[in-house]
Amino acid sequence: MSGFSLQEFMRRDQVFDIVNAAQSDQLNVDKQILLYLEGLSVSFDGFKAINDLNLYIRDGELRCIIGPNGAGKTTMMDIITGKTKPDTGTAYFGQTIDLLNMDEPAIAEAGIGRKFQKPTVFENLSVFANLELAMAQNRDFISLYSAKLNTEQSDRIADVQQLIGLADHTFKLAGALSHGQKQWLEIGMLLMQRPRLLLVDEPVAGMTHQEMDKTAELLISLAGKHSVVVVEHDMEFVRNLSEGGRTVSVLHQGSVLAEGTMDQVQNDDRVKQVYLGE
Amino acid sequence: MFLLQILKNDKGGRWLIGLLIALIVAVPVLNSLPADSALHVPTYTISLLGKYLTLALLAVAVDLVWGYLGILTLGHAAFFALGGYAMGMYLMRQIGDRGVYGNPDLPDFMVFLNWQELPWFWSGFDQFWFAALMVLIVPGLLAYVFGALAFRSRVSGVYLSIITQALTYALMLAFYRNEMGFGGNNGLTDFKDIIGFSLSDDTTKIGLFIASAVALIVGYLISRALTESRAGRACVAVRDAESRARFMGYRVENIKLWVFTISAMIAGVAGALYVPQVGIINPNEFSPLNSIEVVVWVAVGGRASLYGAVIGALLINYAKSYFTVELPDVWLFALGGLFVLVTLFLPKGVVGLIRKKETV
Amino acid sequence: MMRSLCKSLLSSLMLIMSLAALPVLAGEAEFNQYEEKLTKAKFTEKSQIISDWMAADSGEALSLMQMMLDSQLYYHKKEKQLYRVEKAEKGAEAFKLRDGSSVVIANKRHFKRVSINNTLRSEFGALLSTAALLAESPVERRSAALDLIGTATPEVVGQLRELIKSESNISVQEAFNIVLAVADLNSDEASLVEAAISTLANTLEPSALAALTEFVERTSDEQLLAAANKAIQTHHDQASFYSGVETVYFGLSLGSVLVLAGIGLAITFGVMGVINMAHGELIMIGAYTTYVVQLLMPNSIEYSLFVAIPAAFVVSGLVGIAIERGVIRFLYGRPLETLLATFGISLVLQQAVRSIFSPLNRSVETPSWMAGSIEINPLLSLTESRLYIIFFCLFVFVALSLVMKRTRLGLQVRAVSQNRAMARAMGVRSEWVDAMTFGLGSGVAGVAGVALSQLTNVGPNLGQAYIIDSFMVVVFGGVGNLWGTLVAGLSLGLANKVMEPWAGAVLAKILVLVFIILFIQKRPRGLFPQRGRAAEG
Repeated sequence: MSGFSLQEFMRRDQVFDIVNAAQSDQLNVDKQILLYLEGLSVSFDGFKAINDLNLYIRDGELRCIIGPNGAGKTTMMDIITGKTKPDTGTAYFGQTIDLLNMDEPAIAEAGIGRKFQKPTVFENLSVFANLELAMAQNRDFISLYSAKLNTEQSDRIADVQQLIGLADHTFKLAGALSHGQKQWLEIGMLLMQRPRLLLVDEPVAGMTHQEMDKTAELLISLAGKHSVVVVEHDMEFVRNLSEGGRTVSVLHQGSVLAEGTMDQVQNDDRVKQVYLGE
Repeated sequence: MFLLQILKNDKGGRWLIGLLIALIVAVPVLNSLPADSALHVPTYTISLLGKYLTLALLAVAVDLVWGYLGILTLGHAAFFALGGYAMGMYLMRQIGDRGVYGNPDLPDFMVFLNWQELPWFWSGFDQFWFAALMVLIVPGLLAYVFGALAFRSRVSGVYLSIITQALTYALMLAFYRNEMGFGGNNGLTDFKDIIGFSLSDDTTKIGLFIASAVALIVGYLISRALTESRAGRACVAVRDAESRARFMGYRVENIKLWVFTISAMIAGVAGALYVPQVGIINPNEFSPLNSIEVVVWVAVGGRASLYGAVIGALLINYAKSYFTVELPDVWLFALGGLFVLVTLFLPKGVVGLIRKKETV
Repeated sequence: MMRSLCKSLLSSLMLIMSLAALPVLAGEAEFNQYEEKLTKAKFTEKSQIISDWMAADSGEALSLMQMMLDSQLYYHKKEKQLYRVEKAEKGAEAFKLRDGSSVVIANKRHFKRVSINNTLRSEFGALLSTAALLAESPVERRSAALDLIGTATPEVVGQLRELIKSESNISVQEAFNIVLAVADLNSDEASLVEAAISTLANTLEPSALAALTEFVERTSDEQLLAAANKAIQTHHDQASFYSGVETVYFGLSLGSVLVLAGIGLAITFGVMGVINMAHGELIMIGAYTTYVVQLLMPNSIEYSLFVAIPAAFVVSGLVGIAIERGVIRFLYGRPLETLLATFGISLVLQQAVRSIFSPLNRSVETPSWMAGSIEINPLLSLTESRLYIIFFCLFVFVALSLVMKRTRLGLQVRAVSQNRAMARAMGVRSEWVDAMTFGLGSGVAGVAGVALSQLTNVGPNLGQAYIIDSFMVVVFGGVGNLWGTLVAGLSLGLANKVMEPWAGAVLAKILVLVFIILFIQKRPRGLFPQRGRAAEG
């Protein structure tokens, strides 16, 4: 990683307004809640992937979600981002935006960004092009066709490249990056997109300890202006993230089993049972 | 210069366009040499070359959607043929009363079918500008409607390929019907002249050749400008990771729709220039086999390079002309074998080979 | 069409009967006596001679009458002997009735026809038909009765009324009743006419409809007119009902063809996810296998299909395995490339067939047990070949379902298609399963080819004609679902045939294609989609 520090980046943000979220005008968070999931259920061929799930994410919160395999974590993200439609229940972004009536691009435009479990970058495009496409911008065809990069935008891309440690790989194809670099590139793309709500699925898989620390630092620094939901298996990382009494939710069989600080959750009998077996 | 700006990263394209411009200049000169000169190019060859160039343009159109958008279209022959029919209808109206039946108002086949008056959809085609407009609009509109339906409901991959094939197949069946009013089986033929020039004149043939070369240059530049823009990079993003692009806020269906429609229009122009040079258009041009052949040209040349499509189209069509005359039985074996060999051993086509050589 | 075929069959049957009667010419002296009389007789006398002859030997007299009606009875001018002559021209054969010997006509002037006038014609006709009313077989009795409709003389009617009492066969009874009812239409008694109308209303015979229509034109009685009109309406309703049934039948048989063509693809495309554009050519290979089998056993065409079905399964299956091992296995996970490569293979196979068998269509014979049709009622007869196709389709479907559900191979195929890595980890040899699955799908395509060889021309383009249809069936039904393929195939076949009468065959096909294109927009996963996270990947 380069010497360019996160603190410096965050400070310069205020100058360049990079991490101010790009979000829908209709977003209304008067009640301090950014995401409402209520009574969600979805089943695939009789298997209930999500079962009466209720979850609220506060504005500016950093929330970790843990749970064993098949607990419905990924399906929950699929519902929030519009990939899967639930059988019952409601999902609201702020008080007014009904996510269930929107498709993926509309939800993304409204201000929700997602990082996938498996790093998915555009492998046949350069690092630069990946970040350029992720940038918050007009995405209709004509605008895209006639788009010209201005100085502010290229500075912004350069900054993010610095931050994710890919400053020297501007024209390298994303497909040629290492696994860890792809993870960072995807995080960089998320930063370019500037969503109000970040959904991050297993961000540190395949990362070194230093990189994990840096990721944790970055996610924590993003919280406040953004809400961040992190799904993660790595308990050490979750403990690290939720320091200072942040809320952790435990998902089991498609619904929330327990919620609280990391300590509370870890001492919960039901959680122990789920994780350690009967 | 604008042109060089577009071709900034496209060495192959610079070569190609240079070559085409050279041909435009050289061919009329070489044709005017005396017939016994070693450098004399007969008009027949020029027409053949002009035909190849229109097919190359069709290949560019297919590469645009297959190479850059990942839509394996098995129905581009439909757009090509529709463009061709629009031109054919104009040429048909130009015959006037010089047909076999000498009817000034109706084309021969309508007289033969005992039709009393020109169907409504033939009106306007006696004007060149109208026909030229239709060459763009008809394929474009079909592509737009079809694409709007297909892309919105997220039909993709093989499914899309199969329904594009069904589309061209349905059109072929439709155009075979006499009741459609497009000449049925026999299609449109016996053309006499185009915007006042006789099609049998050498100068007209050279003119059509030049028009084809210019169309190829323009079509190529439009496609290249597209792929070089941010929209082009968005296409590649859609091709490689469609759902990622969606989650990022891209309206994948709109991007696909735009490019698909543009590509269909380019294919329509190619068809319109093809028809006067071969002198006939019939429903066979819609056949699914034709569409798939175009895909093979692109595959042989090399996907997602545009100039590879041109190389592939020229190579295979030359081979086809040669084989179907010299060894007609071998041609389908060769073509079929080519499909298999290219997909197995040459996934990047001829262009891939050249690039490999360069890097070594 | 079907009816005229039946008629010509019947008349040839009668001819055979009359020929069969020839050797039985018993009582030579009598024969000679009548023969001589007949050659000299005037029209008025002929009637008497024949009725005498009837009394003496009815079989002989009947066959003579038939010959006279057919204008085939001649006599030699000098010999004064009777001959049967089919064509009175030089070089044709003439059969001497006396001993059945044949001579070649040297000069047609030597022969003179035993002529009859219209009176005799109708008299003989009536005699023949009433005689046929006593025939052994119910089918003959029935058709003889139906021939009498509208022409029955009062004597014949009287005879019928007697005969019906002893008639035990229901369908013959019905025919008698129709004849009687038509005769009753002319009665003065209103109640009789009314009863006749109601009898005629309840039958499906077209001649009953004709009689009713004629009756409507001449009657003036309001009440009877209304009844008759109502009866006619019933007839029309019945007619449209049965033509509907027939359409459904045609639709189902076309649908069965589509299912047969598509079901192999449902395995290779649906279960394995392999886009095999050479599927049509595998069908074609099955059809050519049938052709070769028939070449090898020219004397037992009747059984050839039973050899051809397993042979086609093996040949197409082996070709399929070769394709899978040789090409497709290198392209798993790259569907578009698979599509192109297999299309190339299809071109090669087509050209290979052209080179080996010639580009022309080959004719495959249909065993006689498949020809013919089953007459359900006068308005509806079902062609047997179509019926066999429907049953064969169901048989293949059931067999394939059992293979997939009940056998070890089926289990392994499903395991590999759902989770290849896991299946391998559990010891399934996935490569072997791939090859076998592909072989199975291809073999079924070959079997479909055997069926198609009975319906269409066997030529190099056979496969191309069916490939798009096959894909449509599988895509419409929902990939990976044999039931879907069955339902989709049958319903597409039905739709096609239902639209055909008003749209024409080609337009119907186009409309079906357009419908599927639109349908896929609405439900990209077909009629019976698979759900779940894995399916949406």
